[in-house]
Amino acid sequence: MKLVYFAWVRERIGLPDETVDLPADVNTVADLLNWLKGRGENYGAALERQDIIRVAINQEHADHSAPLPANGEIALFPPMTGG
Amino acid sequence: MAPTCEPLVRVQADDFDLATETRRLTAGRRDVGAVVSFTGLCRDENGMLEALELEHYPGMAEAEIARISSEAAGRWPLTGLTVIHRFGKIVPGDNIVLVVAASSHRRAAFEAADFLMDFLKSRAPFWKKEHVRGGTGAGWVEAKDADLDDMKRWER
Repeated sequence: MKLVYFAWVRERIGLPDETVDLPADVNTVADLLNWLKGRGENYGAALERQDIIRVAINQEHADHSAPLPANGEIALFPPMTGG
Repeated sequence: MAPTCEPLVRVQADDFDLATETRRLTAGRRDVGAVVSFTGLCRDENGMLEALELEHYPGMAEAEIARISSEAAGRWPLTGLTVIHRFGKIVPGDNIVLVVAASSHRRAAFEAADFLMDFLKSRAPFWKKEHVRGGTGAGWVEAKDADLDDMKRWER
């Protein structure tokens, strides 16, 4: 699965993107966030306020309860401040 | 509802020109009775802002603005709709975003432009970082709850 990060999520994790092999029991966006937080302090810092992290699956907004696709691109980012 | 026009969406580093974009929606047409535009500029409220740095999600930024634009063009009878959002480093006084909505009648054009901006603020994947004068630091702009409330005005 390709993961892409933006704004302070990207800065805190220290990577713009990465490809990961997800464990079989990671099925939803919430599962993914919980799994990522266990990967290191940088992930913990980026995802500390897990409830405000916004997620896009294949470039469309998704809820934390959304199931993960078999493959594709999952983006994690802060609330948006464009316009 | 099916979109009433084919919206033009651009995500670009370069500036835009309001007159050019307005002409694009009116030239050669006789059915346009109203053109409403909104231009969002980079502002410095306390004399401390050097520049804004706008990060975006390439691909999704265009796709999300296109989704919002199509929804507007389905909700109001528009003859044309253009949305341009810039990214990169933008200094106070410079343009950030442009919405131009054209219709036969003013109400549709006003409402569509208003709707577009409310949804762009909270749904288009852009993030602003403020660079302070003198190079003393940079910080991400926080999203406002008021922006989410603005979006909820359009629920029906």
